[in-house]
Amino acid sequence: MAASDSAFARLLASDLGYNFRRSPVAMSSLALLVVLMLSAFLAPLISPQDPHDLKQLFIDKAELPPIWAKDGEWPFLLGTDPQGRDVLSAILYGTRISLIIGLAAVAVSMTVGVTIGLMAGFFGGWIDNLLMRIGDTVLSIPTLLVAILVSAIFRGLLPPAMRDPFAAFILVLAIALTGWVQYARTVRASTMVERRKEYVLAARIIGVPTGRVLRKHILPNTLTPVMVAATLNLGLAILSEATLSFLGVGMPITQPSLGTLIRIGNQYLFSGSWWLVVFPALHLGLIVLSVNLLGDWLRDALNPKLR
Amino acid sequence: MLAFLVKRLLNSAAVMLAVAFLAFIIFRFVGDPVELMLNEQASQAQRDELRVRLGLDKGFLLQFATFVFNALRGDFGISYRNQQEVFTLIVERFPATFELVLVATFLSLAVGVPLGVYSAIRRNSFGAQAIQFISVLGVSLPSFALGILFILLFSVTLQWLPAFGRGETVALGWWSTGLLTSSGRRALILPGLTLSLFQITLVMRLVRAEMLETMRTEFIRFARARGLPDHSIHFRHALRNCLMPVITVTGLQIGNLIAFALVTETVFQWPGMGLLFVQAVTFVDIPVMAAYLIIVSFIFVTLNTIVDLTYALVDPRLRQEAVTGGGHGG
Repeated sequence: MAASDSAFARLLASDLGYNFRRSPVAMSSLALLVVLMLSAFLAPLISPQDPHDLKQLFIDKAELPPIWAKDGEWPFLLGTDPQGRDVLSAILYGTRISLIIGLAAVAVSMTVGVTIGLMAGFFGGWIDNLLMRIGDTVLSIPTLLVAILVSAIFRGLLPPAMRDPFAAFILVLAIALTGWVQYARTVRASTMVERRKEYVLAARIIGVPTGRVLRKHILPNTLTPVMVAATLNLGLAILSEATLSFLGVGMPITQPSLGTLIRIGNQYLFSGSWWLVVFPALHLGLIVLSVNLLGDWLRDALNPKLR
Repeated sequence: MLAFLVKRLLNSAAVMLAVAFLAFIIFRFVGDPVELMLNEQASQAQRDELRVRLGLDKGFLLQFATFVFNALRGDFGISYRNQQEVFTLIVERFPATFELVLVATFLSLAVGVPLGVYSAIRRNSFGAQAIQFISVLGVSLPSFALGILFILLFSVTLQWLPAFGRGETVALGWWSTGLLTSSGRRALILPGLTLSLFQITLVMRLVRAEMLETMRTEFIRFARARGLPDHSIHFRHALRNCLMPVITVTGLQIGNLIAFALVTETVFQWPGMGLLFVQAVTFVDIPVMAAYLIIVSFIFVTLNTIVDLTYALVDPRLRQEAVTGGGHGG
């Protein structure tokens, strides 16, 4: 799956590529997502100020409204907060943190889930039973509760000075710990089907080691539903991160994610500074919306029943 | 049927035991309970005395067993923060959360079912497409952000509805209700709507999918052949056949709603169990956290079990198969 020119050309010419070029929703949501991601990862280059650098804040320009309002000022397109921090810059930097945590959480839960699913489906027996019962137990507690508890436990275990530097790791772990079960279930189901097929049998007969059979032969044939789940879960992971940060068990004020920004903005709700909460919230909604639309399209495009 | 019943109940008991174990681990190992309960001037003798009184000098398994038995009797210890019995604290807060969840469930059915039916019957119309798009939009905006935007619009700008609290409540025995006063009912609107929006989209999508499926069946074609009017076919024949899964999902989701209510309660400062839990997390008030985890999981597991058992009662095929638990999260 190298990202070479020929692979890209093959992707474009494939069924999926054809379907993509016929779907305006898929194309526009991908374009939107690319713009949002680029603006977040290039934030240091394009944003008017570094919101984490106290020297760059404009105390005399505190709580300015957005530029189109009466007292708005250039270059503060979306206004400033009470410390004189540019809201747009804070959003771009915050989006970067939200996206990194979301992507990392999906990567971790996908890796863990796929590995567990492959093992459970291939070996069966007590391994299967044990792993799936653990999965059932994880699902029998509401996911939000598990995530809050995991992050609360880790914060309780770490000394206060260590909490903030590790906040992102704790969040990734808390979100991934509930996410793996879905991958494990789908991969397990397709592994159980694949392992009885002749190509697997042939590979085992000529002496291919078990690990290699799992990785090179079975794994590629179980990945279609995993890709759909991963896309849709990216939206969920970003939402979970935002929710945890909003509740105060996520990213600290010193490294605010979008959720933290909404939490901070919420304190100024009654003072009339609506831009502190509305813009981060809309930005978050836009990211998740583009991911969800893309995921919905991918699910339908890969589902042969809907043709 | 008896074998199935026993197996399902044992399964649920095992899950609850696992949850209790998790709660116990949190209680016992996240910070030292003795250090958290006494102030810094306490003498060594006081510390030792409390350690013995809490049973922390006993063996690990015996401590766990004591924890479970105390939990079964509703004894979850004393809150570190306000020195009250944890169980009383949670019971006091339960009616607020329950009424919120009830309103959200009612709204999700009252709004979700008609919208689902409409988007299935007129599935290519502009209205149905718009509803589908709005439902994706609704799922994409997190409920806390939506709640804040509601407050901004309806409380701060228009000043129509209160932004926080329960309004006036009336005590009925130990139960306090906000449904009997007009300020209590007004206070319920925004939190109830916020909590139910995700649920509305869920019910709507489910009803739509089920309706589309049912409309293709033979008995609907027969009803058409009999010349029955459209509304009778849609509502008396098709919709009735869709209601079973809708009721199941609604029942299962009540557990999730109780858990998700903690976000809504934080936004609207709604004095329910969820707000209590979020405050406990911020203050590392571990007995309250452990008790909330056990109680919410218990409600969740109980609802799951009841739904599974009802299904087995209705559909004998399920009695043979192994039970796979849990719904989707989020």
